[in-house]
Amino acid sequence: MKLNVRINGKDKSFRVGPEEVLLDVLRREGYTGVKRGCRKGDCGACAVLIDNELFNSCVLPAMSVAGKDVITIEGIGTPNALHVLQRTFLEEGAVQCGFCTPGMILAVKALLDRNEDPNETEIKEALDGNLCRCTGYVKIIKAVKKAARSMREVGE
Amino acid sequence: MSGDKLKVVGFSEMKVDGRGLVTGKAKYTADWVENDMLHMKILGSPHAHARIKGIDTTRAWNLPGVVEIFTHENVPRIPHTTAGQGYPEPSPYDSFIVDRKVRFVGDRVAMVVAESETIAKEALGLIEVDYELLPAVLDLEEAMKEGAPVIHDEEEAHVIIPVPYDPSRNLVARVDMEIGDMEEGFSRADVIVEDSYYAHYAQHCPVEPHISLAIPDPDGRILIVTSTQVPFHVRRITAQALGIPVKRIRVIKPRIGGGFGTKQEILLEPAVALAALKIGRPVICELTRKEEFISSRTRHPIKTVLRTGCTREGEITAVDMHCLSNTGAYGSHGLTVVCNCGSKVLPLYKCDNVKFLGEAVYTNLPVPGAYRGYGATQAAFAMECNMNEMARKIGMDPLEFRKKNHIGIGDTSPIFEALGEGGEGVPQSVESCGLDQCIDRGAHEIGWKEKWGGNDGDKKIKRGIGEACLMQGSSIPKIDMGAASIKMNDDGSFNLLIGATDIGTGSDTILAQIAAEELGCRTEDMIVYSSDTDMTPFDVGAYASSTTYLTGTAVRKTAAEVKKQIIKVGAEMLGVSEEEVMVEDRAIISSETGESVSFKDVALRSLYMCDQHQIMATASHITEKSPPPFAAHFVEVEVDTETGEVKCLKYVTGTDCGQAINPQLAEGQTEGALLNGLSYALTEEYIFNDKGQMLNPNFKNYRIYRTTDLPEIVSFLVTTHEPTGPYGAKSVSEIGINGALPAISNAIYDAVGVRLTKPPFTAEKVLQALDNKNKF
Repeated sequence: MKLNVRINGKDKSFRVGPEEVLLDVLRREGYTGVKRGCRKGDCGACAVLIDNELFNSCVLPAMSVAGKDVITIEGIGTPNALHVLQRTFLEEGAVQCGFCTPGMILAVKALLDRNEDPNETEIKEALDGNLCRCTGYVKIIKAVKKAARSMREVGE
Repeated sequence: MSGDKLKVVGFSEMKVDGRGLVTGKAKYTADWVENDMLHMKILGSPHAHARIKGIDTTRAWNLPGVVEIFTHENVPRIPHTTAGQGYPEPSPYDSFIVDRKVRFVGDRVAMVVAESETIAKEALGLIEVDYELLPAVLDLEEAMKEGAPVIHDEEEAHVIIPVPYDPSRNLVARVDMEIGDMEEGFSRADVIVEDSYYAHYAQHCPVEPHISLAIPDPDGRILIVTSTQVPFHVRRITAQALGIPVKRIRVIKPRIGGGFGTKQEILLEPAVALAALKIGRPVICELTRKEEFISSRTRHPIKTVLRTGCTREGEITAVDMHCLSNTGAYGSHGLTVVCNCGSKVLPLYKCDNVKFLGEAVYTNLPVPGAYRGYGATQAAFAMECNMNEMARKIGMDPLEFRKKNHIGIGDTSPIFEALGEGGEGVPQSVESCGLDQCIDRGAHEIGWKEKWGGNDGDKKIKRGIGEACLMQGSSIPKIDMGAASIKMNDDGSFNLLIGATDIGTGSDTILAQIAAEELGCRTEDMIVYSSDTDMTPFDVGAYASSTTYLTGTAVRKTAAEVKKQIIKVGAEMLGVSEEEVMVEDRAIISSETGESVSFKDVALRSLYMCDQHQIMATASHITEKSPPPFAAHFVEVEVDTETGEVKCLKYVTGTDCGQAINPQLAEGQTEGALLNGLSYALTEEYIFNDKGQMLNPNFKNYRIYRTTDLPEIVSFLVTTHEPTGPYGAKSVSEIGINGALPAISNAIYDAVGVRLTKPPFTAEKVLQALDNKNKF
């Protein structure tokens, strides 16, 4: 089957199997920032944005995103041009092993796109599907607050 | 250097590998792209204990895309341990790549290699196995009884160090120690507390599961890219398991998606290496989350029977600890974890009469291994609950009781010498201790004075405060070795090559900071490359809270040697003697004239102009000591007396890790550890049926903490100076996981007056305990 989809702002066309999930297609096509943690939609390491909404790509049939807009971590920022979220995660020590980080950052992006000034409860609820075993979440939440503040200031 | 103002160490610099991590560009094992790669899937046993009478792989072979099938019939049968420990390993040689007997549900029966993971998985279902079922033993006390099923009846199972090991009785390890006079100790006690505590099964749950890739090269060597904490042990043990020389194996550790001990294990590497060598194509194997729960590694469930006595004045007169450890179907880390129950807990409090007995026993259950805390988690649970009980019984504030008894600067403990990790330890005295500050500030943060011992009267929901004091070690003295190489480049930058294994801890960063501090440059001048057995010097790896203290010192020594070489060239250039210069901010400066040459000038001269040579050095370090970090934990809980539900409201942790090399990363270690501990205490649980099968091997039913579970968390560091550590540093990574079990148990007691000893402390258990209390 042929999948036409927009990934990180670019039109793409991939051949995919009928049973394939989006995660496997993305990783095969080089978007390896999308991580595989549980294959069951339970951990959020594979989270991507589809039309600005957060989804776990490991349980999503690839064909279901036909014609949609997919954003992966590769579409957020690059090592030479970090997004404010990425920079803030580093500044605040919100990254340890980094395996949950791509999904976590996309979850934060989805949150801040719809709510530029979330309170702590809203942040926790928005990140509830993204498991992190390294940080204890403390510095992640701190980073989200700080990033939200600076994004509001510059109107990013 | 102590006394000098630190310029790099002690600052929260950004992780040197951070940009790759936040942009998804960092390469983990799964991100290595190899052409022509094959996939391996493993067939796990459905039975807890069985002999394989026959395996029919015909139907699997007929599936298009199947490339190779391995069973006990075509794999070399070489006993080894999967425990990634130094040589000679203290764990028994009781494992084979695949065996003709299965010893737990999930144990390896066969491995299929195929063109895709889907095909390999389908092929597993086509393998027909004829099992002879054997009686299984799922309870550790049953396993010790006369006539219990013998789990390792194969003649090859043996130990290679002189320690007790008797597989005919399912005994994996036994260690005992006694100092003083127990009878006298207990006779002097005014109060004696005895209880049994049951630390339970748990999984590490790194978000990245175990994954290993083996790539054959045309010269007959094999490259293993693997998610490991111990690349050098992977190389050695894989070579052993395959019966090939170490020189034929190269191990690269890419970025690692978390370890916490479960990746201190050589699990998949021998299997993929075997396949890649035989087939001549790259082979990858990645565990599913279910396999991660069932067939990787877990925490050792340990029953601790603890009897302690003290006088009315608060002197501890006797401590008698018996730890019975369930090491599952294989004895990985069996001896050393149970040793650490004693050696990382008993020295914390001064007492003249101490007895310790540790035993580890095989059962037909999943296999425990190394897990952050490593025995201290299990035994500190018992010790800190008993401390709380004793204090209550003599009417003393539990914090005062601990302050009166804990070990401090200048103190030693006979336990240090009597009990180490696998046998005897080394004598040492404490040279840094900030435990009192941890206690005082933590007590203030939690509101101890106002809240502890409070009475909520008839309220349905009652609040309680709990506490725990902790110690751990910093590396395994006289056993662990870390090494580093530093090489200067044209522009005055440096390659820092280390075998130490950054698994997310930030060790690449803190080791770069140590090197930069010593050299007189900046962290950004260090190009860090870690863990490639062909390229970097040896290091035991990321375990035993060792990297900062051990490898950190190796890095500092190496940097000091490189600095000497730089000074030599710089002094020549300045026309002064080596004693007449100082090094500051990437330059060698004449103390007299203030004239300077930069590192870049030195590098260019040494490489291209005069007496050309490579400025570089390598140094190794072993430690004579294992200085304990200390911590005090406090928790406030709410207990619903009608439902039994326990809610953690606030958690406070104060940690003395000496001088934190990077305070933000050190705090991150304590926060991650405490939340893992909290999750372990309140929700995480392996649920087994009566056949030894785990019923909840997924994140939906094995609940690890999420953001919405988070209580208010206050974590702080108390800075001390450990004279034997690099820039005063001690370890920090493990200690924080040990506090939650006892602190929560103590808090529940404070709230509702019942003692919970069987975690996780679920609503059902609390309710049951409340019912029992109300009956009497």
